[in-house]
Amino acid sequence: MNATSVRIVTLKIDDRELSAREDRTILEVARENQLDIPTLCHLDGLSSSGACRLCLVEITGIRRLLPACVTTVGEGMEVYTNTPRIQHYRKLILELLFSERNHVCSVCVSNGQCELQELARKLGVDHVHYPYLMPELPVDASNPRFVVDHNRCILCGRCTRACDEIEGAHTWDMRGRGIETRVITDFSDPWGASSTCTGCGKCVHVCPTGALSEKGRSVAEMVKHKHFMPYLTLMRKEQS
Amino acid sequence: MSAKTDVMEASEQKADPRWRSVEKTMRQHGYHANGLIETLHAVQEAYGCLDEEALRRIAAELRVALSHVYGVATFYNYFTMAPPGRHTCVVCMGTACYIKGAGEIMERISKEFNVAPEETSDDGNLSLLSARCIGCCGQAPALVVDGEIWGGLSADEVIERLRRVLNDA
Ligand code: FES
Ligand code: FES
Repeated sequence: MNATSVRIVTLKIDDRELSAREDRTILEVARENQLDIPTLCHLDGLSSSGACRLCLVEITGIRRLLPACVTTVGEGMEVYTNTPRIQHYRKLILELLFSERNHVCSVCVSNGQCELQELARKLGVDHVHYPYLMPELPVDASNPRFVVDHNRCILCGRCTRACDEIEGAHTWDMRGRGIETRVITDFSDPWGASSTCTGCGKCVHVCPTGALSEKGRSVAEMVKHKHFMPYLTLMRKEQS
Repeated sequence: MSAKTDVMEASEQKADPRWRSVEKTMRQHGYHANGLIETLHAVQEAYGCLDEEALRRIAAELRVALSHVYGVATFYNYFTMAPPGRHTCVVCMGTACYIKGAGEIMERISKEFNVAPEETSDDGNLSLLSARCIGCCGQAPALVVDGEIWGGLSADEVIERLRRVLNDA
């Protein structure tokens, strides 16, 4: 990008005066300044899609709440990241995620390592006010090394983005819409039958929950490594 | 699958007149990925549904990931991957129609003609589908039967008319 054409703007986040390049997102600027905004579908190194809405913030003068991960900063913006209204919605979003599929942590490979679980703990979600739908979704273990358990999937889309943007295979995508949405490999074929999957395992490691895991892991054993994503993006940029 | 049958299938498909219109659409869009939706329309028009073999070829020709083609094909209500029955009935389940009893209409049709929602009856006579708002809320509850809009009918009237349509064939 042409550095000279990028303006610097000043803004306030949670009453702190900050300045930043105008092409940065609120999330980036907040985090650089040690202000934490919870996120789920965002992952450093991947593009942001604004899918989970957990990073919603309040901006003075705008009635709607906006996702910090895809909203760029503006001159004179006043952003609030932790108002009662936002806290309320964040909890609500998490509760809806928990109620939609099967998230019984005690029997999950990711128990103790799960981003959904960790966020619920951090934001004080100790109760789900909605009936659990508990659909019985398939578990695909056809891949020799990995498993996808749709019951744990929250459709954040990180696997699809990592596969497309970093690995360049675009094996993963999503099919259907609404409550019928599922992550798929190729033509909704069994993962093991995929003709495009390179078996790199990036999807597994970027998955925030126990939806994607390595075979042979038992309860709480699936530790994921996500830090290599920004590293890969950086190294690839250097090359090109 | 052996290489020989592969080649045979490809040439068979080339000769298939249905494929020609699909090919034409792709050509019009310069075999560019952004012509995907138009091409899917062409497939559905020519084949009556989104034929799997055709979709796989499109993915290759437009250089779009298979999973992406599948995702787009299943996202839009208008597209269907299953060959349709002789007659199709789309029940609108949008908010307005739902409030006006679309749920009951769906159930009644399903029972009466022995066909599960989103499926085709065993005799291949009727496909029963649903949509989320077809843009005729003023006529709720709205249905589309063989391309024709039926609005403001009671469940009984719908069954009655539908029976006539099905027996006609
Ligand atoms: S992290 Fe911003 S919408 Fe999910
Ligand atoms: S809700 Fe049925 S047409 Fe709009």
